[in-house]
Amino acid sequence: MRTYWFTEDAYPDLPPQDEYESIRVNLPNGEFDPERGHELYNWYLDLWCMAESYGLDIMNNEHHQTATCMVPAAPLMLAILARETKTARLLILGNPISNRRNPVRVAEEMALIDVISKGRLECGFVRGVPYEAAPANRTPLRGSQRLWEAHDMIMKAWTTHDGPFNFEGRWFHGRQINIWPRPYQQPAPPVWVTMGGRPSTTPVAKHKHVGAVFLAGYPRIREIFDGYREDYLKMHGEHAPFDRLGYLGLVYVGENEKKAREGAEKLLWYMTANKVPGYWSNPPGYHPPQISAQIMRGARGGSGVPLTATVDDQMARGNVFAGTPDQVYEQIKNFWEYSGGFGNMLMMGQAGFLTHEETETSMKLYAEEVFPRLKELEASTTPAEAWEKSKAMEKRENVPLDGFALEFVR
Amino acid sequence: MGANTETINLPVGECTVTRKGSGPQLLLLHGGGGSIAEHPVIDRLAEKFEVIAPTHPGFNGTKVPDHFDGMPELVHFYLDVLDALEIEDAVLLGISMGGWLAAELASINCARFSKIILVDAVGVKVGGPTDRDIADVFGVPPDEATKLMYHDPANARDMSGLTDEELTELAGNRIALGLYTWEPYMHNPKLPQRLHRISAPTLLLWGESDGLVTTNYGKAYADLIPDARFVAIPEAGHSPYAEQTDRFVDEVFAFLD
Repeated sequence: MRTYWFTEDAYPDLPPQDEYESIRVNLPNGEFDPERGHELYNWYLDLWCMAESYGLDIMNNEHHQTATCMVPAAPLMLAILARETKTARLLILGNPISNRRNPVRVAEEMALIDVISKGRLECGFVRGVPYEAAPANRTPLRGSQRLWEAHDMIMKAWTTHDGPFNFEGRWFHGRQINIWPRPYQQPAPPVWVTMGGRPSTTPVAKHKHVGAVFLAGYPRIREIFDGYREDYLKMHGEHAPFDRLGYLGLVYVGENEKKAREGAEKLLWYMTANKVPGYWSNPPGYHPPQISAQIMRGARGGSGVPLTATVDDQMARGNVFAGTPDQVYEQIKNFWEYSGGFGNMLMMGQAGFLTHEETETSMKLYAEEVFPRLKELEASTTPAEAWEKSKAMEKRENVPLDGFALEFVR
Repeated sequence: MGANTETINLPVGECTVTRKGSGPQLLLLHGGGGSIAEHPVIDRLAEKFEVIAPTHPGFNGTKVPDHFDGMPELVHFYLDVLDALEIEDAVLLGISMGGWLAAELASINCARFSKIILVDAVGVKVGGPTDRDIADVFGVPPDEATKLMYHDPANARDMSGLTDEELTELAGNRIALGLYTWEPYMHNPKLPQRLHRISAPTLLLWGESDGLVTTNYGKAYADLIPDARFVAIPEAGHSPYAEQTDRFVDEVFAFLD
């Protein structure tokens, strides 16, 4: 079991929500104070370095034109961490290669980070959330197909060592591809891809890549993880090891219940601050027509109304794990067993207005009192046993799902 | 007046076509809102013409061929449609995105067309890089889009009364519009250098209140086409055929007489 400590590097100092239409895409960057940004970027880098000191690994990501995530170029942040850290695995989850114009550049950037960090890169590829369509000016239609074509081009660039090759696909083209440097890890750095639903599990399992799931919670985790495990078993004739699956949840561990609660409320900023109108969350071609229609009607998220997620609700869904170390362990254990098991906990441990001290307290308690028990939990069983056990558990798919979940499960 | 709708097979994909009326051919290419084969304006046009109204793949629940990535595929698809429908000496009338398609087709080969009408058409960029020649309909709230599109927003379709099926069809149309127009947004940077090939008399017919592409845009578009004239219809927005049906038909017939 590994735990990747994650923050989105939010810029939380915003006007009241009723004074702006959207936190993403069109919130004027006049709201961004470069002085404050300077402090925050360096603080977030410090937090990642601190995570390493507690024996955790590191995860970062990128978004564009949004205060929810100030990093528009995740490889730059990861390159700094490649130099600043010495032992942590460095997970970028991920490179939005459906929207990137040139996959070869991504292959080069990732190889560079892998070499500088002496082989600590974990390289994620994502389709990207719907609000990325406008900043990228890239149609979301056929985004998944583009992702896999870009993936094939990058893998070929990483693993070809005898001079230039050509790659002439539907969307991406190169005639003399021969990247310098090549990756440190051979034959290639571990690859992660996010999975949002059943059909998306198949290519991930086919390549034996790590399948990551964000905030699908009890309602959808079984569909997705079971899909991956079934695909993997069918295609490779063996059970998927735990380390092929990862789950991202919001985690706050406190010294007592009261403090844990306060921390979780602050962490929930990540969801409640996500005020996004339908026309950004529903770009044409991202969702199938039926779901797009529901967003147009306002029956799903993205209707422009701030989300009303509560800590209790999100804990019930398996999106937030919060409490004392014992409680958090129990919560994650329950979810872990229900899901059939996974080897990578992606811990969103800072969001919004959580202070340095609050963030460190939770990180330390998690690393010292929760994480070791999760490692024992994983070591106590096998993927086949854990999967079998989960199948016998009553399904919890009827937990109601409102808007945000679909949008974040990417 | 009876309409006849059929789906024709083409070398690549298939196309749903509605025909109405008799007389000279009038090929009507619809805009981003989807087929208007059911709209009363078709009956009016069918008084004098055989109106031939295909549905672009992806609109109104029709299939999109797998290889489609944008307008170029639609243009080539329509070269097959013109062959299959035996379009000869026809009036070519294109609305909005269909106007763009019409301009592309006519600048490839104008021989099939007697006259051309571009209605609040998109397809070219007339200003500089930072001029928003064409409003971003995907980047504004629905009520703002309505204001841009209609002279009187009360003429817009009331979304609240739609069934799930109708709304899903609308969402599908929006996806198809995105497919054909996403980038470069609603235009082809190469088209202005091709429009000189349009040899047929051309009418650019515009809703005076159109906020998506203004009359200034329409006039600049007309300047790019050799034998073109520009006419604006008052008290109409982006869909003058809907907001001022009679005025619209009068202008069309006046041009075609």
